[in-house]
Amino acid sequence: MKSFQRIFAIVKKEIRQLRRDRLTFGMIVGIPVIQLLMFGYAINMDVRNLDAAVADLSGTSASRQIVMDISQTQIVNVIAQVSGAGELERLLRQGKISVGIFIPADFDRRLQQADRAAMQLLVDGSDTVVQSAAAQLALVAQQARTSPYNDRPPVMELRTYFNPERRSPVNTVPGLIGVILTITMILFTAIAIVRERERGNLEMLITTPLKTPELMLAKILPYVLIGLVQVSLVLLLGHFLFQVPMVGSLLNTYTVTLAFIVANLALGLVISTLVSTQFQAMQLTFFILLPSILMSGFMFPFAGMPRTAQVIAEVLPLTHFMRLIRGVMLRGASLQELSGELLILSGFSVVLMFLAVVRFSKRLD
Amino acid sequence: MKWISLLQLQPMTELAIQARQLDKTFGKVRAVCGLNLEVPRSQIYGFLGPNGSGKTTAIRMLCGLLTPTAGDINVLGYSIPDEAEALRLKVGYMTQKFSLFEDLTVSENLQFMADIYTLERKTKQQRIGLAIERYGLNRLLKQRAGTLSGGQKQRLALAASTLHQPELLFLDEPTSAVDPENRRSFWESLFDLVDEGTTILVSTHYMDEAERCHALAILDKGTLMAEGSPEELQQAIDAHIVIVESEHPRQVGKMLEQQDFVHSSAQVGNVLRVMVAHDQGSPEKAIRDVIAREGLNLKECTITKPGLEDVFVAATRSRKKPG
Repeated sequence: MKSFQRIFAIVKKEIRQLRRDRLTFGMIVGIPVIQLLMFGYAINMDVRNLDAAVADLSGTSASRQIVMDISQTQIVNVIAQVSGAGELERLLRQGKISVGIFIPADFDRRLQQADRAAMQLLVDGSDTVVQSAAAQLALVAQQARTSPYNDRPPVMELRTYFNPERRSPVNTVPGLIGVILTITMILFTAIAIVRERERGNLEMLITTPLKTPELMLAKILPYVLIGLVQVSLVLLLGHFLFQVPMVGSLLNTYTVTLAFIVANLALGLVISTLVSTQFQAMQLTFFILLPSILMSGFMFPFAGMPRTAQVIAEVLPLTHFMRLIRGVMLRGASLQELSGELLILSGFSVVLMFLAVVRFSKRLD
Repeated sequence: MKWISLLQLQPMTELAIQARQLDKTFGKVRAVCGLNLEVPRSQIYGFLGPNGSGKTTAIRMLCGLLTPTAGDINVLGYSIPDEAEALRLKVGYMTQKFSLFEDLTVSENLQFMADIYTLERKTKQQRIGLAIERYGLNRLLKQRAGTLSGGQKQRLALAASTLHQPELLFLDEPTSAVDPENRRSFWESLFDLVDEGTTILVSTHYMDEAERCHALAILDKGTLMAEGSPEELQQAIDAHIVIVESEHPRQVGKMLEQQDFVHSSAQVGNVLRVMVAHDQGSPEKAIRDVIAREGLNLKECTITKPGLEDVFVAATRSRKKPG
């Protein structure tokens, strides 16, 4: 009961201080919104006029028809007619075109065969935007096949270059939740304690009956709420502005996010016990943030990384969160299916929290 | 019934603080060396010393914030630092730097501290009400602590650190940023607290503050140089104080400082306050003689009663220039 009174006193104080610290308060809302808009519009940009080249080896009316259909979508802008697939690949490599349309000489015959693709679309996969656009083109081509075959076998074979994993751009928004939380959560708690040390508040606090676990818990609680607000903001904007799918349940999404928030806050607390100035806290946070962004699977496919990098990435909470959040939001996985990752993330929280309490001393020496 | 049993349980020690052979080293620096202390209850005990004399380190060790390198501490019957947590409820500590929350209002800071000391709702409001009245915070309640003046901040800090009615109060240079008027009223509040039975340990480098303490310890470079009440210390000084008046006080002062039997000379307005070795038979005569020998002007030369500043100078100089 007494513990509760002390914890509540600190939580109340933190929230009051936060409300008065306009810059930090602005960051709570600003970071998610701005990042989401920045990343989001890059994802969802209405793709038009991608430069394309056509290699039409068949030259029949059907092939001309399909090239026309594709052009009419305005997604591609045919800038060149070339004589073969090799030339298309060269143009792709040079970056002169983003899409190559290859129609083989036996196109008409292939259209009649249900088991083979009739044509190929060569796509520069280094740009995820282009990739999603190409998917739309594939639908257009589908109309060329006459029934009853028009539903099953693809008319157009999609060949993605430079990005074999074919990451879907919607991957970015769930991942972005993780990145935003990594930035804000670690930094908030790391700084919340170091700032009090710098201002001398801590010297006063440690001479009171306040206990270390109480202080640690009270420092985390307000930020758990803030983290959940941020997630909700990203989810709402993602849903309404970018139609990010939510295949899994909302409850599961919040459950895995909560585990991630606590892990990051505890990490922030550990950082606060290692450093003595806010500047050091900031540096250490970015020391963790950069590998988190680069190695967690947010930017690059995890499977494509060298073994050593993968091992390092396993120690980062964001790596596990990426798998969890993508699993829940995009693949609709249940928590049972993801229990391993969830357990690891909770393990992080427990270990880090323990470390923070042990390392935080109610002494000055 | 409860009251009686509580009273019986009160430890009957006369001393609030007892420290033996207290040592603290930071790397190669000895901040406190061999400090022995006995602070009686319900008194104001002062640490007087220049900056860097180990006052803050000593206070931090006494309230369990720093672990001593060597020595034993007993505060209010608790062995420190082992039982520091149990002591927390019974002591208040006002740090040198204002350590409440500058972005909270006066009222919010008080509420916060009351909650940290887990006062019950009724007691809490009552104590806060009393503190507000006592320390004149009424018109400042809605003001952010960061915008208060030096004196107001100290009043708030004192109010906050006494909400739980500590038996012992540590004040580390509480009035270094306070004007004389506010310093005066601050000390009046301290005497009120002592009257209610609180023991206060205060560190300072102001003579006028030191003079108000019941007992004093003069610290220099971590060592206890002298201890006693201000009167005792003034009587026990091992030096003579001579007032010298001359038309050329600067010249005379410089010349006197070079004499072996003179400890120090300080100019106060137009006169010199000269400290002479205690074994000098007739200090006035010695001064007259040396001034005459140097052919300097002398208007008057009389022995006077030593002040606390003289005690301080005598105590802190003895190690610098032995003899």
